[in-house]
Amino acid sequence: MTEAAVAREEAPQEEDIAVKDTAIPESTDMTTETETDSRTHGISLEHLGRGRQKLSLEQEETCLDIKDLNLYYGEKQALFGINMPIPKKRVTAFIGPSGCGKSTLLRSLNRMNDLVDSCRIEGQVMHDEQDIYHKKVDVSDLRRRVGMVFQKPNPFPKSIYENVAYGLRIQGINKRRVLDETVEWALKGAALWEEVKDRLHESALGLSGGQQQRLVIARTIAVKPEVLLLDEPASALDPISTLKIEELINELKDRFTIVIVTHNMQQAARVSDYTAFMYMGQLIEFGDTDTIFTNPREKKTEDYITGRYG
Amino acid sequence: MKITVKSWFKSGSPWVWMNAGAVSISLVMVIGLLALIAVRGLGHFWPSSIMTADYMVPGQNSRVVMGQLADDEEIPVQRLIDAGFTGLDNQELVTRQLVKVGNRDVTGSDFAWVVQPWLENIQYPEDAIALERREWGNFYGFLKEVREGDSVVASGSEAWAALNASMDRALNIYNEIHRIEKKDIGAINSKLERLRLQERGLELRNEATPVVLANIASQRAELDAEYKVLEKHLGDLYVSFTRDNVLVETLGGQTVDINVSKIVRAYQPNAMGLGGKIAFYGSKVWEFIADDPREANTEGGIFPAIFGTVMMVIIMSVIVTPFGVIAAVYLREYAKQGFVTRVIRIAVNNLAGVPSIVYGVFGLGFFVYFLGGQMDALFFPEALPAPTFGTPGLMWASITLALLTLPVVIVATEEGLSRIPSSVREGSLALGATKAETLWRVVLPMASPAMMTGLILAVARAAGEVAPLMLVGVVKLAPSLPLDGNYPFLHLDQKFMHLGFHIYDVGFQSPNVEAARPLVYATALLLVIVIASLNLSAVAIRNHLREKYKALEV
Repeated sequence: MTEAAVAREEAPQEEDIAVKDTAIPESTDMTTETETDSRTHGISLEHLGRGRQKLSLEQEETCLDIKDLNLYYGEKQALFGINMPIPKKRVTAFIGPSGCGKSTLLRSLNRMNDLVDSCRIEGQVMHDEQDIYHKKVDVSDLRRRVGMVFQKPNPFPKSIYENVAYGLRIQGINKRRVLDETVEWALKGAALWEEVKDRLHESALGLSGGQQQRLVIARTIAVKPEVLLLDEPASALDPISTLKIEELINELKDRFTIVIVTHNMQQAARVSDYTAFMYMGQLIEFGDTDTIFTNPREKKTEDYITGRYG
Repeated sequence: MKITVKSWFKSGSPWVWMNAGAVSISLVMVIGLLALIAVRGLGHFWPSSIMTADYMVPGQNSRVVMGQLADDEEIPVQRLIDAGFTGLDNQELVTRQLVKVGNRDVTGSDFAWVVQPWLENIQYPEDAIALERREWGNFYGFLKEVREGDSVVASGSEAWAALNASMDRALNIYNEIHRIEKKDIGAINSKLERLRLQERGLELRNEATPVVLANIASQRAELDAEYKVLEKHLGDLYVSFTRDNVLVETLGGQTVDINVSKIVRAYQPNAMGLGGKIAFYGSKVWEFIADDPREANTEGGIFPAIFGTVMMVIIMSVIVTPFGVIAAVYLREYAKQGFVTRVIRIAVNNLAGVPSIVYGVFGLGFFVYFLGGQMDALFFPEALPAPTFGTPGLMWASITLALLTLPVVIVATEEGLSRIPSSVREGSLALGATKAETLWRVVLPMASPAMMTGLILAVARAAGEVAPLMLVGVVKLAPSLPLDGNYPFLHLDQKFMHLGFHIYDVGFQSPNVEAARPLVYATALLLVIVIASLNLSAVAIRNHLREKYKALEV
């Protein structure tokens, strides 16, 4: 609690006000179904994963299972024999120096690498007993189930409402009521509802960078994917927005399997349950975050975490 | 500190000056061109005063001249001396004036050049009148009498009022005759023609049973009866139309009898005040914009040409936009980039450089004769041997121009597509959209300003094009507009008029060059205005779209 108080003092005043504003409805709604919808989105370090229980990979249910994944860009090999299970409803972070292949690995989880002409992949990624690289897999259906948020906010030049409803409209859902409900749910889930509820039909391009990134997250969770891939989602944002995104990740992990790529080791330590360290296209070490950061097995991991290179 | 030439050049300011100079020169040229066209063209409609004068050419008998001043110029005296005139030895230049003397039926020519120093006793009599006639051009003279049949209604000073009253009546009748001929009888003719085609079609398909034939015959009889009624009415109108005559006298003293039905407009410019002149000017300009041409296009308006131009450009846009966009989307989004796409791009760019007349020849050979001939044989056999689409017409002209402007749209659209950030595409794909859905819902809307840019360039090029049109559908005089109240309302097979061709025709093919020259300027001005307004509306749409998507261009 003292930590939380400190964090509040550090936060700028508007954040403080936001906490106060929502404090009352939160207490009343606590027991109702909409509990998840009325989060404070204020800054509270309990949410940032301090004091969590000891995790162990063996006990986790696997959501995505990467098996012997080799990836080539033309002649150049970018990923070397990656083997790792992504645990279900947990936050997994990929860390490593620039160019180590963490984004490439992330993008191969929903086949975004297919868009690169020269890209070739060997190995398997199992999802629901099915190799996502199998010929018969419907790529757009896969991407609906494995959503992705990119480094730079990329809202469509449409209204806020239409941005969030986009994925549903793609699925042919045009019922006004369903759309309204989902848009509200997704925006609340992405901690954006309070800020935009009065201007849902204004252009999404008028939002600030942090709001745009949360809008993109809302857009992604609106289609209710099973997995959420976040590719350095906060790297283009200011510290406050970053904190909000991190908070959001913590809230979302009850419902989604989250994989996040980050350059920021503190961020990885704060938000993730499991951390994978990659170097030169190879997975060096993968384990629960506390172990990786406090007691890594590999020398390379330790060097990177202590700032010897990267 | 001394500034050397070298350091001055290095500072960059000469380039700034040079650029600013180039921009200014361009601006001055554009404004100057427009001003020249506007002044030459718009001045034509002003009711200038009617001058009477004695024209004393040294060594010849004195003549009288009456008319409106149309133009003047300075010429070297030597030219007159060479032509055999004398009496101008002590000067170098002399002013020569072009007088519109009208009275073509009396004197044989509308215009006369006079040497200004030889004009004497110049007067502007208040009672001089100008009559604008449906044939034979203007008449200048003095009004003597207004007659109804053989009896004199008014003469002398009351005649002017009587003439106005008589003309109002005649113009009303004229409008009614025009309406009946164009609209009512036109509709009957169009129905009769369709009946004929229907009958012929039945015969060709061997379905002409007596029952249907009788049905057609009865419909035809009905239409004929309607026509008879109209014809009778028309005959009555014509009789009353030609009831009145005016007796007018030229300055030379010759009297001429003119039927009021032949007069479009009568005015006394010398007696008009400024307000009257402005009103007259307005009505003339309106006539020019809104009326049909008369007298081999040298009089009256150019409305059919404006209409034809706009119509053709719109149809062309409707054809070229989807084709260009689809081609660009395929080239940029779907086709595997490589040797073949490179060759296609080069070919597309070269297509933009092909002279337009070549497109005209291609359009005539391929579209008109080949495609049109095939279409006639397949779909309109009942009209044969008269061609329906196997002859130049609005549709073929639009398609030919669409082909001509296709490269512009393709290049502009491709440019636009390539500028859409890949992050937005990925965002859509990552939500489970297929490539086609992404294109349709995100990429194409975002590329729409670029498409509009392509369309603007296409419109600008197409509206100004004349050469290919002469081969594929434009005519000097089209009897009816391509859009009217008769089925099928939009007549894509009809020939049409076009402002660009109208300029060429009036300027170079006209029997009356002097009368036509101001019209060339006025038509050119109008063409520029039409193109500019088409472009501006497209620009407005584009700016609106840009505004919508602008934040993404960062």
